[in-house]
Amino acid sequence: MTPTFYEVMRQQGITRRSFLKFCSLTAASLGLGAGGATKIAHALETKPRVPVVWLHGLECTCCTESFIRSAHPLASDLVLSMLSLDYDDTIMAAAGHQAEAALEDTITRYKGKYILAVEGNPPLGDDGVFCIPGGRPFVDKLRRVAKDAAAVVAWGSCASWGCVQAARPNPTKATPIHQVIDNPVVKVPGCPPIAEVMTGVVTYIVTFGRLPELDRQGRPKMFYSQRIHDKCYRRPHFDAGQFVEAWDDRGAREGYCLYKMGCKGPTTYNACSTVRWNEGVSFPIGSGHGCIGCSEDGFWDKGSFYDRLTNIKEFGIEANADRVGATVAIVAGAAVAAHAAVTAIKRARSAKSNEKVEK
Amino acid sequence: MATEMTGREPVYVWEAPVRLWHWVMALAMVVLAVTGYFIASPLPSTPGEASDNYLLGYIRFAHFAAAYVFTIFLLVRIYWVFAGNKFAREIFAVPRSMLKPSWWGGLIDQGLYYAFLKKEARSYQGHNPLAQAAMFFMYLLGSLFMIVTGFALYGEGTGMGSWQYKLFSSWVIPLFGQSQDVHTWHHLGMWYLILFTIIHVYIVVREDISSRETVISTMVNGWRVPKP
Repeated sequence: MTPTFYEVMRQQGITRRSFLKFCSLTAASLGLGAGGATKIAHALETKPRVPVVWLHGLECTCCTESFIRSAHPLASDLVLSMLSLDYDDTIMAAAGHQAEAALEDTITRYKGKYILAVEGNPPLGDDGVFCIPGGRPFVDKLRRVAKDAAAVVAWGSCASWGCVQAARPNPTKATPIHQVIDNPVVKVPGCPPIAEVMTGVVTYIVTFGRLPELDRQGRPKMFYSQRIHDKCYRRPHFDAGQFVEAWDDRGAREGYCLYKMGCKGPTTYNACSTVRWNEGVSFPIGSGHGCIGCSEDGFWDKGSFYDRLTNIKEFGIEANADRVGATVAIVAGAAVAAHAAVTAIKRARSAKSNEKVEK
Repeated sequence: MATEMTGREPVYVWEAPVRLWHWVMALAMVVLAVTGYFIASPLPSTPGEASDNYLLGYIRFAHFAAAYVFTIFLLVRIYWVFAGNKFAREIFAVPRSMLKPSWWGGLIDQGLYYAFLKKEARSYQGHNPLAQAAMFFMYLLGSLFMIVTGFALYGEGTGMGSWQYKLFSSWVIPLFGQSQDVHTWHHLGMWYLILFTIIHVYIVVREDISSRETVISTMVNGWRVPKP
């Protein structure tokens, strides 16, 4: 009989008190209301532990780094115990054939019951030679494991959108996972995503046995329904029209809005401004740097991190909307002036010839 | 769908709702373009406490208020397509007019006239075919694009439960890829309408001087009057 989550946690030396604290914290961050914590605790106490298989494709391991730093000590222990028991080729104890055997064992024994978490994405160029774990292209492994997965979670911007390896011109044809597998995918974008968001999503799935409510792009609404800008503590400065104009100016010292420094907070859906990072210590804007929009699709291809108006590649030149627009307006203005001049000359001439005719 | 001038009699072309719509629209566009520009590239910072200032808040408020006026007047104007006279239909009926060879003939004729290859253009009671095309492809489609992308951006602020989000943001943002792209295209849309405005104002002034009928005063009093 597979032990429950709670049993596993107790074996790891976690007290019931900190277990309940974790349940309350997660329920609050999921927005579940008063009864949520009890539901989570009940599910974790009674349901057999859901095996998680964590695959790594083309990635930098920043998602794993973020995950194992989940603020609540219990959360990381919780999921780490789950992972060390199943499969995660980066942090598991087993290696080589032993590791692959563990994977085979999990996906056959728990067919249709395990959660597949994917960090990174498969490069499809040149038959996938740019990412070969265990001697096979990653895309093969991904498809095989995804086939019998109960749920698929895309960790980070790599798995969700493509991220840096898919940035123009994407030489390896790195492809987000939802384009190569048929399962519904929960996208948890970010580079990396916030640790509490990651554990929150896993906890939701194991507690309720279903995927959380997703937006149209596949992101869990509970963490990705608002922009950084909507809950930013510097928002009053934005509304007041108070901006940092240079990195070392008075505004920067006073903590003014970073909009003019290219902050992507107004266009980025994530929970950084509420959940924050590293046990709620800070987040980029809190440290005086604008948001770079790392959880948004194609954020590497939108030009500088320090410009609000992003580059437009559609015109084949590096230009932003203002430069394109002003150029068009100037050309149109010049054309109008030239046209008016020709009209005036023509009119003057025809007036003269009319006079001659009249004479 | 373009009616040529027949006699030397004045024609009542633009009814009161069309005239009112035109000038409200013009004013709203000026407000929208100016405030929109300052939302994308804000003015220098205001000094003092954040709680004592609300500059960008007011600019944004003006932008959103003007956007509602712009949208509601366009909706009323669309109602007037059905309730008004035949001239109220012209610029909306361009796709249907394009099926008629005579419309294309008029378009080419007008184009030759503006290229100084023809001395006189045909006189029309309402819009000539070239003007209709500009009104449809530049003004009307441009405005609809701005309304759709604008409400999509507005819906991001009002949140996922709001009708603006459900009606616009929910599909517009995935369509463009992400919010940043919608911002960029909304910004380009402004320049598209500015381009339209430059051409429109020039042509209207030019025709008012050189054509055989009134043009600017027609949008004030509604009558197209042949000049003596």
